[in-house]
Amino acid sequence: MVSDDLESMSALGDPVRRALYRFVSERGRDVGRNEAAEAVGVQRTLAAFHLDKLVEAGLLEAGFRRLTGRTGPGSGRPAKVYRRAREERSVSLPPRDYRTLALVLAETVDLLGGEEKAEEAARRAGKRLAAQAAPEEASGEAGDLAEVLRERGYEPYEEEGRIRLRNCPFHVLAESHPLLVCSMNAALCEGLLAGLGETGVSAALDPRPGECCVAFTRAAATPEAFANPEASQNTGASENPRASKNNED
Amino acid sequence: MHLAQLNVAHLREPLDSLTLADFVAALEPINALSDAAPGFVWRMKGGEGPTDTIRHDYGDDLLVNFSIWESRETLWNFVYRSAHLPVMRRRLEWFHRATEPYTVMWWVPEGYRPSLAEAMARLSVLRAEGAGPEAFTFREFYDSSEAASRPAAAEVRK
Repeated sequence: MVSDDLESMSALGDPVRRALYRFVSERGRDVGRNEAAEAVGVQRTLAAFHLDKLVEAGLLEAGFRRLTGRTGPGSGRPAKVYRRAREERSVSLPPRDYRTLALVLAETVDLLGGEEKAEEAARRAGKRLAAQAAPEEASGEAGDLAEVLRERGYEPYEEEGRIRLRNCPFHVLAESHPLLVCSMNAALCEGLLAGLGETGVSAALDPRPGECCVAFTRAAATPEAFANPEASQNTGASENPRASKNNED
Repeated sequence: MHLAQLNVAHLREPLDSLTLADFVAALEPINALSDAAPGFVWRMKGGEGPTDTIRHDYGDDLLVNFSIWESRETLWNFVYRSAHLPVMRRRLEWFHRATEPYTVMWWVPEGYRPSLAEAMARLSVLRAEGAGPEAFTFREFYDSSEAASRPAAAEVRK
């Protein structure tokens, strides 16, 4: 496994290929050869060559799609398009296996019924990560949320005044223990906000297929983002998951 | 083949109690979300009212949820990748912690509507024998070809 992944990654040794891989990954959708060539500043044929090498290496997936929106006879041949491969690659030298242990620990939390403690720990971890991200600003100056999220591998993007996250950094665990891991991720993101001093922003569980489960909303953007009363009801519930329990206490 | 799923939960308090108010309030929007979700095929309803829950003989404190989906992916996306997730995150406010498997899946021919008795029998099989092609979970999943190749196992006692 390690040698396969190492071989795949050696395909990124070439700087043009690295740039193409980064460009296609950041789009989060199908990318055509022309678009990729223009973005990276190389000839179309050269881009095509490198994109296909990345497919061979298993880092990108290729498909065919009509980019013009026209269909039927005369609309031309479908164009070859590329997107990031879903399969994850990792290389650690010397060999390390944090995944297996993380899966065992997640199972242990389930067995012990320890999800509340796990969320508390995740919230503290988020605060620590925020402090590490902006060591010179630890005195209270807010770090940049989007930048921290980018560094953590969340691949943030803006949508209707909210920050959404294209990538789940905990994907394997979120597939095996979705409720625990998404709840911990939401708590971790809340911790990040607290650690960065981002008081005008809230993090809430708002999952979508194929993306991270958390979305950030700025206080000022609230009325617009929640114009749909149903969405507002659901999001309200998620922002304060234990509200009614606390009221009972 | 379509994927049937049953999940059960033991209520902490009656449905008309204050403790369950938020849960009951979430029933209508979440049911609407499920009915409009890609891959949704059918769910057993307790009545025409949006907050009616399935009536049964398995105990007053047992809430059951029983539906059919086109695939594992469409069921997964509704359960874990929609507004259903933040509601599910609050489950321990409303339901007792499960001490044994509380959700079961199995493959059904398209158009077939299993009875609740069959669904409860599938859950019993899962609890007694662990996951197999005739009764399984997301974590220990069996695809439809595995179920189809063992017709004897799929014909669980009803």
